Amino acid sequence: MSTEDSPAGFDLDGPWRLDDRVSIRPERFGALLYHFGTRRLSFLKSPTLLDVVRGLAEHPDARAACTEAGVGAAELPRYRAALSALAASSMIQPRRL
Amino acid sequence: MSLVDEFQYGLDAPICLTWELTYACNLSCVHCLSSSGRRDPRELSTAECKALIDEFERMQVFYVNIGGGEPTVRPDFWELVDYATDHHVGVKFSTNGVKITPDVARRLAGSDYVDVQISLDGATAEVNDHVRGPGSYATAIRAMEHLADAGFENFKISVVMTRHNVSQLDAFKAIADRYRAQLRITRLRPSGRGADTWNELHPSAAQQRELYDWLVAHGENVLTGDSFFHLAGYGEGDLPGLNLCGAGRVVCLVDPVGDVYACPFAIHDTFLAGNVRGGGGFTGVWRESELFTELRSPQSGGACESCSAFDACRGGCMAAKFFTGLPLDGPDPECVRGHGEPALAGVTSVPKPSLDHSHRRRPVPVTIGMRRPPERACDDSPLAGFGR
Repeated sequence: MSTEDSPAGFDLDGPWRLDDRVSIRPERFGALLYHFGTRRLSFLKSPTLLDVVRGLAEHPDARAACTEAGVGAAELPRYRAALSALAASSMIQPRRL
Repeated sequence: MSLVDEFQYGLDAPICLTWELTYACNLSCVHCLSSSGRRDPRELSTAECKALIDEFERMQVFYVNIGGGEPTVRPDFWELVDYATDHHVGVKFSTNGVKITPDVARRLAGSDYVDVQISLDGATAEVNDHVRGPGSYATAIRAMEHLADAGFENFKISVVMTRHNVSQLDAFKAIADRYRAQLRITRLRPSGRGADTWNELHPSAAQQRELYDWLVAHGENVLTGDSFFHLAGYGEGDLPGLNLCGAGRVVCLVDPVGDVYACPFAIHDTFLAGNVRGGGGFTGVWRESELFTELRSPQSGGACESCSAFDACRGGCMAAKFFTGLPLDGPDPECVRGHGEPALAGVTSVPKPSLDHSHRRRPVPVTIGMRRPPERACDDSPLAGFGR
């Protein structure tokens, strides 16, 4: 998943989006993310996680983005932890409805 | 596959790319990795630089580390910075501070896409000016004041670690805190003019240990450019960062005339992959050059493979080995397990530099400790200067 470990304190049922200042570069292992504001680089260590992140803005909540990307119930905690780490490093932001 | 393994086999575009814009420099640092001083007449033109930026944009290179020489002395420097950021290529540039006026600092503070790195190799003028030349400490500090006054937070203070400044780590951190900057420390390489001064300047074995312990204790908020991976051989605490050699795999260097080298510390024909002026451009060199293909294939660790630290240090730095005359599959000259010194003892010749843009008057190190007059006449040995 992302390189940072994180607690699972992430609201899967809230609306999220990628930060405007983040650029995504798809790679065979997943993707590289770069935040121009914090100047930090992150890694998405699976193509599925990349689909989740890209789908965030188009879904009412993060859970729906995960389902759409094919994340099963058993895998959901791992994806939640990865999203939590991305939120902690400001790569993704809560979306105002 | 772990990320480190992924990166060993290379990516379609570099994660991080160093671009030396010019060999011209107002200073003559004694450890300059690119032997800079005089401008090369074949330097890329403004139009060629912009075409290269277009290519970086197409490859989605997030940002470039611009250096030199002193990049800000190029008359089109700010034009190129603006062009890059307008094309979604972020810029972090290294400077000795000579052009960072209050006006420039205010402009820089206004952009998310530009980061500044001020070079400082001593926490005191005495230690800094010894390697960077007289007045360079004052220039750097003045630039930092201007950036801080303009509200530029988190600019970088970049320090090359030497025998004379390892003991100043806390003082560097204090300077960074004072200007709301972030400290970045990197390893001294025997590259460029650094080959001439490495023996005098590289940290002692005990200082390497001091540096490692300091990094393990303070590393979270200190950048290292992942340059101390040879210290991972201590293996007792995790160093932050990726800690692998990314040469030709995830990093490279484009020099002022468009030559592409495996890394910024490897300016030598041996590590020259091609030139951006060739038919395939930068993309062709990055993706197809023989040298980079070779670097992305599994490398032999030679005798190091039987060492228990090999998985951590991977044999150390290619450039450090090459320029000290060691085989690339042998130990790093600063191997923390002590294998470097016996290997160095057997070295009979070191590679000649391929390039030298030094000012014709060679730099002379300012002697440390010679500026303060002795407290009493007898404090100076009557034999000072003899027997050296």
